[in-house]
Amino acid sequence: MQTGDTLPEQTFTVTRADLVRYAGASGDRNPIHWSERVATSVGLPGVIAHGMFIMALAARSLDTWAGAPGKVRELSCKFTKPVVGPDDDRWVAVRVAGTVTQVTDDAVHISLEVTCGDEKVLGAPKAVLLG
Amino acid sequence: MPVDASLAGRTFPPTAPYTVTEERVREFAAATGSSYDGGPAPVTFPIVVAFGAMTALMEDPDVGISLHRVVHGEQRFTYTRPVTVGDELSAALTVDTLRQIGGADIIGTRSEITDAEGKPVCTAFATLVHRADEGGTP
Repeated sequence: MQTGDTLPEQTFTVTRADLVRYAGASGDRNPIHWSERVATSVGLPGVIAHGMFIMALAARSLDTWAGAPGKVRELSCKFTKPVVGPDDDRWVAVRVAGTVTQVTDDAVHISLEVTCGDEKVLGAPKAVLLG
Repeated sequence: MPVDASLAGRTFPPTAPYTVTEERVREFAAATGSSYDGGPAPVTFPIVVAFGAMTALMEDPDVGISLHRVVHGEQRFTYTRPVTVGDELSAALTVDTLRQIGGADIIGTRSEITDAEGKPVCTAFATLVHRADEGGTP
């Protein structure tokens, strides 16, 4: 990887069933991720995806770009815009794009862009990979 | 109701050791649309251990957090090494910062994740936003 490289964009789908499965696997059983009633009662637009689920999709992209797992040394983001998980047979698409911002002897710095529709859903997502 | 102001600076006892089994890693990988066939666990897998520590914080009746009012504001991981099957991990959570903005509590946490020998594996920084009670009941 070289500074300025644009990494191949990856697309993932998110369904309500994915959120239930992620709740079980991660231990995050907050009802805002599966109950419309609870989510709307606290002012959310509806059941929202776990931010960590979206971050996991970004992390999968990093492994793909790195060509192997186990290379990530740092990963961070803000959860700026909730991804609403539809309660029907539809899904929403989450796209992950990346740009190499800096390459040193032992590290590759990557700036990510994670979007759903036209909106960025993560704030300032970035990572450092072992060079 | 705001959370207990004395929370800032508090460190909670380490969580009980969590044994990383192949089944748990497979389950986590599958839940994030991936698969696992050996080697390092998925990058965000340590959240499972950190979440154990965060749950202890959120369920502590003296702290005053309602889980359904919490949204995740920010997350950062720094890794000393990848997690692998066979690790016995424990997380010790410290509340680094506590602020109130517009009636919401902004809780900055740091969970130091260590292995069975007490060696560092990963640090998980999570910012939790505890939204104000608007009078509704879930």
